[in-house]
Amino acid sequence: MKVVAALAGLGGLALSGTAHAIAWNFQTPASRLAAEIDDLHQLVMWLIIVIFAGVFGAMFYSVYAHRKSKGHRAEQFHENTAVEIIWTVIPAIILVAIAVPVTKVVISQKDTSGADITVKVTGYQWKWGYDYLKGEGEGISFLSTLATPRAQIEGTAPKGENYLLEVDNELVVPVGKKIRILTTAADVIHSWFLPAFGVKQDAIPGFLRDTWFRADRTGTFRGQCAELCGKEHGFMPTVVRVVSAEDYTKWVAEFKQKSAKAAEDDTKTFTLQDLMQRGEKVYAANCVACHQANGRGTPPAFPPLAGSKTATGPKEGHIDTVLNGRPNTAMQPFKQLSNAELAAVITYERNSWGNKAGEVQPAEVKARRK
Amino acid sequence: MSAVADTHGHAHDAHGHHGGYSGIMRWITTTNHKDIGTMYLWFSFVMFSIGGLMAVMIRMELFSPGLQFFNPEFFNQLTTMHGLIMVFGAIMPVFVGFANWLIPMQIGAPDMAFARLNNWSFWLLPFAASLLVLSFFMPGGAPGVGWTMYAPLTAQMGMGMDFTIFAIHILGMSSILGSINIITTILNMRAPGMTLMKMPLFCWTWLITAYLLVAVMPVLAGAVTMTLTDRHFGTTFFNAAGGGDPVLYQHIFWFFGHPEVYIIALPGFGVISQVIPAFSRKPLFGYASMVYATSAIAILSFIVWAHHMYTVGMPVTGQLFFMYATTLIAVPTGVKVFNWVTTMWKGSLTFETPMLFACGFLFMFTLGGFTGLVLALVPVDIQLQDTYYVVAHFHYVMVAGALFAAFAGIYFWLPKWTGKMYNETLGKIHFWLTMIFFNMIFFVQHFLGLAGMPRRIPDYNLMFETWNKISSLGAFGMGLAQLLFLYIVVSCIRNGKPAAQLPWEGADSLEWTHLPTPAPYHSFETPPVVK
Repeated sequence: MKVVAALAGLGGLALSGTAHAIAWNFQTPASRLAAEIDDLHQLVMWLIIVIFAGVFGAMFYSVYAHRKSKGHRAEQFHENTAVEIIWTVIPAIILVAIAVPVTKVVISQKDTSGADITVKVTGYQWKWGYDYLKGEGEGISFLSTLATPRAQIEGTAPKGENYLLEVDNELVVPVGKKIRILTTAADVIHSWFLPAFGVKQDAIPGFLRDTWFRADRTGTFRGQCAELCGKEHGFMPTVVRVVSAEDYTKWVAEFKQKSAKAAEDDTKTFTLQDLMQRGEKVYAANCVACHQANGRGTPPAFPPLAGSKTATGPKEGHIDTVLNGRPNTAMQPFKQLSNAELAAVITYERNSWGNKAGEVQPAEVKARRK
Repeated sequence: MSAVADTHGHAHDAHGHHGGYSGIMRWITTTNHKDIGTMYLWFSFVMFSIGGLMAVMIRMELFSPGLQFFNPEFFNQLTTMHGLIMVFGAIMPVFVGFANWLIPMQIGAPDMAFARLNNWSFWLLPFAASLLVLSFFMPGGAPGVGWTMYAPLTAQMGMGMDFTIFAIHILGMSSILGSINIITTILNMRAPGMTLMKMPLFCWTWLITAYLLVAVMPVLAGAVTMTLTDRHFGTTFFNAAGGGDPVLYQHIFWFFGHPEVYIIALPGFGVISQVIPAFSRKPLFGYASMVYATSAIAILSFIVWAHHMYTVGMPVTGQLFFMYATTLIAVPTGVKVFNWVTTMWKGSLTFETPMLFACGFLFMFTLGGFTGLVLALVPVDIQLQDTYYVVAHFHYVMVAGALFAAFAGIYFWLPKWTGKMYNETLGKIHFWLTMIFFNMIFFVQHFLGLAGMPRRIPDYNLMFETWNKISSLGAFGMGLAQLLFLYIVVSCIRNGKPAAQLPWEGADSLEWTHLPTPAPYHSFETPPVVK
């Protein structure tokens, strides 16, 4: 008893530190599909509870009433064909009854036709790439990376409400429109998981798969990569911001403006200081998970950059590595980044942690693109 | 002739009844089914401890959000090795240990059919296990890919991945050899009058399990060999760039993986089908339907594999087929549960430790079966796939199913094996601690999964903290409770009170009725007569 009391005390202690809301059921649905899944789950749970109560009601009655210590003598029956047929047939009928509503949901879940907007989602180790392929916003393309600061993960800063569920660029979509999601991946299998929409679709390298959702209210909805994809698997959230049709149009216009400005950067020449400042941010968003903040990496899979041959050698080699990746290693291509961003991060890598190998300008990166 | 016979007789006297060697060489060279069974049981306990230690480490990291103890790479290695070690090192061998000890005694045979092969099947295991554990010390560490070893993540791993692949080859070889031995023994060495339909259900479940093993272990070997050649020899089975497909790996793996679930579960069903009638003092209800249900489960297990893959993007017809086939398994599984409960009905029940574990099994395995039904439904599974709900589900099947059945069996047959009784009070305490802590660990994980916490992550949002804390505390308690189990078994062997010839009033299979307690070194030198 002492042990139990001690454990209960310990448990109480552990729990008292948690002031946050406790999640214990599905997220509130934000699409009809998610609501239907919720209903199905409830239906099945009630059924299970009834059967469970019946079967174990019988068992516990037997445990209570048919004890030897109560003087109960064992009867010796050991088969009854009628009973055995009944309890084979009835479960089968129940299963058929469940199958009908479930099949309807499966069919609507797989129907990706008639989409208003199509977005290609690409899984990278460890971020998501979004390309708007069709519909309003066509041509928009960006990466979405974890925005939670390293300090919160390592415990040197207090954790925020959306700890590990926040990104730099959310997928933005209009409310009430059918959004078709095409998934693929650049390296290993990932899985795009958005619980509030009832969507989970694996992203498979070299193949396209599709799924869809239609958000029924505005807001920000959060999920996480659901397929083990290497060491930072727990650190690649999927975040979708659902906005009104007008806000969406505004967002598209702003995004296009920003891209035009980025294109202008290609012809500009930046100072070393500007490049270093911007590069540090790009590095923190894209490189730090593998190569670490101190540039030492975690060999052998993720080699150091401090003093590395690539980061201190000829510029061209360094640019090519970052642009195109290294085949058969964890180093992937980063050509999704703008020329200015790449120039900044390459400059940062060439001039940090004791490296002193000069600056790289956007035009030089542009020249190396194939 | 008589000279030869004499020599034989003298050899026998000089070396006792333990064959030619003593000390460690006895165990290395033994061909006796009981010695080999004992080695399997101890081996699986060692692996259970190693795998359990890893589980405790996993739960340590997950006690609080943030990264405290391990970096994410090592965390992934822990989850991978915990899974592989528990499945291949602990649960499968423990039931092979039971098979070795019990099948010859239950069918009235002197030993297993291929005694030397039996020795080799066992001695492959320590080498395979060493390869697995050594992978931690390779450059890059053990593989951090999950026990399912999905391509193409496997292509990014260090040398530890190759160690794991070779370990699986050897483990597979051991399983196949063991299965051939079990099938041959059961089909050819039954005592006169012991027809198939008179065999104890434990023999039946093992016969079916052995066929499953022979059918699917080569499939797993194929999957990991293709991974090996993709890694080193330029093949592209699972690489789209060369015309392959990563999803092909999953199809092959789960064609092995789903029958594997029943390979783990069926022998446990067998144990439970021996224990419940014994403590109900009443014959098993529906023996024939138990045999048919077990066979039906085994056959169905070959056509449901893609229910592990609903989210890879199958055509709608594929999803529907695998969903219908999967829900069908609920029918024979239901029959088994109904039969067990009806066996207890109007019996004369007592609740010694084996019966407690059997009731615990029945209660919680059924719960695991129900969550399996939830997961079988495609739309609901889309929400729950790769979340903690799945982790909770399969631990209810593997731990509350297989492990509880193994505990029930160990307490049940310990007097027969050792000739001594364990401490009943401590056994009951072990049951209650295991039962409480097990539910503390895994029941709350259903909530985590519903709320959307993915599995295989070392860190999580604050909304998941409470359940993770409870789960971790449960894991620490469950780990400690198993030390009590070790103490109970060791103290039973070393200074337990002598067991009665028939310690369980209702036990009626041959090992109880026709052999002394403890069982002699050679079981039936002349076959018993079975009515």
